[in-house]
Amino acid sequence: MLSRPEPSVDVIKEKALQIRRQALKMVFDARQGHPGGDLSVSDILATLYFGVLRYDPAEPTAADRDRFVMSKGHCTGAFYATLAEAGYFPRALLATYMGPLSRLNGHPNRNYLPGVETNTGPLGHGMPVAIGMAVAGQISAAAWRVFVVTGDGELQEGSNWEAGMLAGNRKLANLTMIIDRNRLQQGAGTEETNGLEPLADKWRAFGWDVVEVNGHDHAALLRVLRSPAHDRTRPLCVIAHTIKGRGVSFMENQVHWHHGVMNQAQFETAMSELTA
Amino acid sequence: MSRMEARSAAEFDCRGAFAAALESLAESDPRIVTVVNDSLGSSRLTGFKKKFPERTVNVGIAEQNMVGVGAGLANGGKIPFVSAASCFLTARALEQIKADIAYSNVNVKLVGQSAGIAYGELGPTHHSIEDVAWLRLLPNLAIVVPSDPWETGEAVKAAAAHDGPVFLRISRFPVPELTRPAGARFALGRAEVLREGADAVVIANGVMVTRALGAADVLAEAGVAVRVVNMASIAPLDIEAIKRAADVGAIVTVEEGSVRGGLGGAVAEVIATSKPAHLRMLGLPGFAPTGSVEFIFEHFGLTAEGIAKAVREVVAARNA
Repeated sequence: MLSRPEPSVDVIKEKALQIRRQALKMVFDARQGHPGGDLSVSDILATLYFGVLRYDPAEPTAADRDRFVMSKGHCTGAFYATLAEAGYFPRALLATYMGPLSRLNGHPNRNYLPGVETNTGPLGHGMPVAIGMAVAGQISAAAWRVFVVTGDGELQEGSNWEAGMLAGNRKLANLTMIIDRNRLQQGAGTEETNGLEPLADKWRAFGWDVVEVNGHDHAALLRVLRSPAHDRTRPLCVIAHTIKGRGVSFMENQVHWHHGVMNQAQFETAMSELTA
Repeated sequence: MSRMEARSAAEFDCRGAFAAALESLAESDPRIVTVVNDSLGSSRLTGFKKKFPERTVNVGIAEQNMVGVGAGLANGGKIPFVSAASCFLTARALEQIKADIAYSNVNVKLVGQSAGIAYGELGPTHHSIEDVAWLRLLPNLAIVVPSDPWETGEAVKAAAAHDGPVFLRISRFPVPELTRPAGARFALGRAEVLREGADAVVIANGVMVTRALGAADVLAEAGVAVRVVNMASIAPLDIEAIKRAADVGAIVTVEEGSVRGGLGGAVAEVIATSKPAHLRMLGLPGFAPTGSVEFIFEHFGLTAEGIAKAVREVVAARNA
């Protein structure tokens, strides 16, 4: 049966910690992955899956489920750890991450894993698909909601703006976009690469409501993400200000850790820091 | 009625048959929706919009979004027909077709309208001669190039009934309804023998099928019996029908598209890896010069006479 966990900031905090620890173990064992982005998005994912989304891991394609799209599909360390924590598949499966014939590809595949709605990886794909979902809900006057997490560097892809324009024009109040605004992309800062600011103004100009929150503040995220869709007449853009590499001192705000590979000592340091 | 007489009878743009079939299906299946990129009129879907305004999603001129929205609609339980000029749908949104549709393996029907060189004088930016070649590389995606209005309507029904992604390539150049035996049925993955013959085989699809039949008429007068195979379904591919053609030893493929990588390429792959046969591939060798559709067809020998000439050559090569 579809349900939404009763929100508890303590539970979400604990889940976020487990997601971070699992994700780091996965990328360390695989010797590849995207730890910086995994750590910036962990609190957003924990809040969504343990306080916001209505879903049933035993019936992952239930017609009335809320939909979640992980547009920043490279951050599978955090995403798979979240799905395992949410009960979509056993945690033991996480140990196969990116191994030969693993169902846990470097980028998510809906045909391999329950809980994945659409295959992402190339950037700028999640928003159009999420908007199609929201349009389907709008046509059917359905109660379910659609949430999509994008990276910030990802917003340099034009497809997001094609999609954003349509969402604004169609007044898709059932749609919430969360931008993981960690201000770093693969090669450098977003603003020194192809600046996004003024980001909130851009989305407002496209017909969206915009809220800015601390993307590591579970209570603040809960408040914004649980606000009911029927109170709105426009799609909601949540700019979640985050720190890339959040929780591991040597990774925080360091562009290298977009897809850096830890040595044993670094891994041990990281895990020792991720304890509370 | 001979095939040549049929050429002079009433001819139809297949887009009308597409729209009529879709409207009819939508009457009984509320899951059917359309997605267009300001392409309502050019997709012949203004009637659909009148009947089903809430089921018509116009995303504006934005093909990447259009294809992604199609994938999302399928996720939400709809059966979207994403309809746009084939040149823009398949080229501009190729990565979305790959990742969101084929790799995700979702129930979206992509409809490439006015494909091939239908836009004639507007030139190669608006021609879509590459679509079959690049979409043929994508697993899971069924590809159909119907030959006439009847088959277009049947392909629309088959696409809606098929649980998975489909690309329908809809022609605009007017063609007659082909003569078929009573009870003829369309099936994904099955080639159709429209005329039997033991001397050579012409394998064609789309608007070229009418011309292939014309070539068979021309050759019959010279005592050459040509089998004409309509290979509307490119994926899945009817490999056995190609092997039976290879048994004859002389094959000509004809398509309104690039001579590389499409129908001819598919046939060449099969015979080169199973049963070698003499083969001539007719289509467009590259970007077309300026001219009307009929001019371009004639320029590249995509006529009954041009096909007949290629058949004579391939038969001579086999017999040498």
